[in-house]
Amino acid sequence: MTADLRTYLAHVELPNPVLTASGCGGTGRELAQFSDVHRLGAFVTRSITMAPRAGRPTPRMAETPSGLLNAVGLQGPGVEAFLERELPWLAERGARTVVSIGGGTVTEYTALARRLAGVDGITAVEINLSCPNVEDRGRVFARDGAAAAEVVASVRAATPYEVPVIAKLSPDVADVVAVARACVDGGADALAMINTPVGMSIDVDTMRPSLAAGTGGLSGPAVRPLAVRCVWQVHAALPGVPIIGMGGVSTGRDALELVLAGACAVAVGTALFHDPYACPRVLRELEELLQERGFDRLADAVGLAHRPAGAQPRKRTDLEESSL
Amino acid sequence: MAGSPVQVTGTVLTTRRVDAYHALTVVAPGIADRFRPGHFVTVAVGGRDSSMLTRRAFTIHDVKPDYGGTVELVFGVRGAGTAWLADLRARDTLDMVGPLGRPFPLPRDPCTCVLVGDEHGAAPLFALGDALQQRGCRIDFVLGAPSADRVFGALRARRMGETTTLTTEDGSLGMRGKVTDVLPGVIADARADAVYACGPMDTLRGVTAVAVELGIPVQVAVEESMACGIGVCMTCVVPVIGDDGVTRMVRACTEGPVFRGERVRFDDVGTIPFDALGAPGGRHV
Ligand SMILES: Cc1cc2nc3c(=O)[nH]c(=O)nc-3n(C[C@H](O)[C@H](O)[C@H](O)COP(=O)(O)OP(=O)(O)OC[C@H]3O[C@@H](n4cnc5c(N)ncnc54)[C@H](O)[C@@H]3O)c2cc1C
Ligand SMILES: Cc1cc2nc3c(=O)[nH]c(=O)nc-3n(C[C@H](O)[C@H](O)[C@H](O)COP(=O)(O)O)c2cc1C
Ligand code: FES
Repeated sequence: MTADLRTYLAHVELPNPVLTASGCGGTGRELAQFSDVHRLGAFVTRSITMAPRAGRPTPRMAETPSGLLNAVGLQGPGVEAFLERELPWLAERGARTVVSIGGGTVTEYTALARRLAGVDGITAVEINLSCPNVEDRGRVFARDGAAAAEVVASVRAATPYEVPVIAKLSPDVADVVAVARACVDGGADALAMINTPVGMSIDVDTMRPSLAAGTGGLSGPAVRPLAVRCVWQVHAALPGVPIIGMGGVSTGRDALELVLAGACAVAVGTALFHDPYACPRVLRELEELLQERGFDRLADAVGLAHRPAGAQPRKRTDLEESSL
Repeated sequence: MAGSPVQVTGTVLTTRRVDAYHALTVVAPGIADRFRPGHFVTVAVGGRDSSMLTRRAFTIHDVKPDYGGTVELVFGVRGAGTAWLADLRARDTLDMVGPLGRPFPLPRDPCTCVLVGDEHGAAPLFALGDALQQRGCRIDFVLGAPSADRVFGALRARRMGETTTLTTEDGSLGMRGKVTDVLPGVIADARADAVYACGPMDTLRGVTAVAVELGIPVQVAVEESMACGIGVCMTCVVPVIGDDGVTRMVRACTEGPVFRGERVRFDDVGTIPFDALGAPGGRHV
């Protein structure tokens, strides 16, 4: 008996809940050397920007205990080259593609959403809100509920109704629930969390910051407790909103932890650098763990850790068989 | 391109010390089969549940058909990852992905090539030398390091090369100085047609300058800090001038590590050149 692993981002069905995390799966071609991209729940692109971007100078990464600091700076070819060279390839392979977008102004996000509107082969649009707002002295959108909501609302308005819009949140905020609520009120169909919190490391031999950019985003198992906490809090406050959980997932157990906290899908990022087969492996392990625990459906495990102490795991009635 | 790389759980066959270096021979059939000189592998370090998340890159020194295919790496201990590797013993397992990267292009017709290796940069040059000799090329070696114990492969170079010139910065072996000090003379004496080089960025910059000055082609294998080795993390970029004359930040792990020396903007490594594609405030082609 295999568990039903289907999951939904708003009304869009994904065959399984394991996705790549934005910026960690290249163009898809690199991972396809190891496993088929169409077997992913969805492929999430790096954050696409309007113009080509060269990114940050090197060194761009530093390893920390169970973590990775990176300052890549959204290097990419720009939306036109993406639509010409990358998206068609993904579509050809049958991948469900979530296009992540990044911008420095509300106008730029909106322009990107307009450019993507009506293009075939886009399963959902994810808004990377951890970009500096050039109109607000570089404060990232994700830190400010109002700014985040404004971006979400204008992207939602420019995106065809059948394409869900996902708002990706940062843990670097005083109140993640407030930002999540603002994004949902702005029209977000789903939420993704967490993007990387900002960290720093100093090389004690050179006595200089390890990264050329000084600070960088921290990812990997080191941030998993932050991700679990954010997913937990947001799911408790907004139980009906689909959440893509991420942050340090490298095994099926890690994925299940986020699912139990309230995520209906899980993205794998840094683990792909260590193991190019991480996505299919995490999926297999997650399925085994669900079966061992007697779940027929992934959906029954979502948010289960929130049940009152002593309560039995709930069994949902299968709607297809009910007379409703 | 590397064809398609594979991930294997290799078994360590032998470990040995070679002066300041450790050499590790690992049974890794799928990788040995596809090997071409200049390819590299990445290895996971620290065992299961390791706190070291990034893979470590090493040039393939040699492959042999034994046991279905073995791969030999040569490395110096630098930090925690290489220290862990140095502790491996025969029969331990090692998670390896490869072969990766763009290998050294070989000349179509027989010619004379100078192979320059600085420190562990000498590791890939012997397989390259074999391939060149099979094509009827003459090869000459220039190997260098700060001190004698860090000059890798001098004996083998002496056996294989038409000439072998060694340099050390402390004068403990060969000529005192750097590989770039002796290179113009070696190229002139051998009437070399091409140069291949592998080593730290500074050395590659110097070697490229010499080759450009003398008007002969130069292929360099760069070493940039890598997290994944397979092209997904975008941390290993170097500024390289494309066929269209435009500078791009390209991935050393997939577009490289071997580049035509004159295409790499060595002076701008560690920066985003203002005229690179997508540079802040720069050109948006
Ligand atoms: C294509 C390529 C081929 C290489 N071949 C060899 C070889 O044949 N022999 C050899 O001794 N060394 C080689 N290196 C360098 C080797 O990868 C580093 O010495 C090693 O990663 C250091 O790991 P560590 O944990 O001991 O050091 P740490 O300094 O603790 O490493 C920390 C992090 O920095 C990265 N890193 C540090 N230095 C380098 C570096 N020079 N290059 C790439 N990543 C680095 C590591 O991957 C790790 O993520 C090669 C590097 C590249 C990119
Ligand atoms: C090298 C690197 C590049 C990233 N690029 C992006 C990006 O372009 N857009 C984005 O929304 N998140 C980006 N992220 C964040 C990841 O998508 C993810 O939210 C985070 O790394 C936590 O997951 P992980 O621990 O599994 O990596 C990047 C992370 C890394 C490590
Ligand atoms: S090392 Fe990850 S892209 Fe090159």
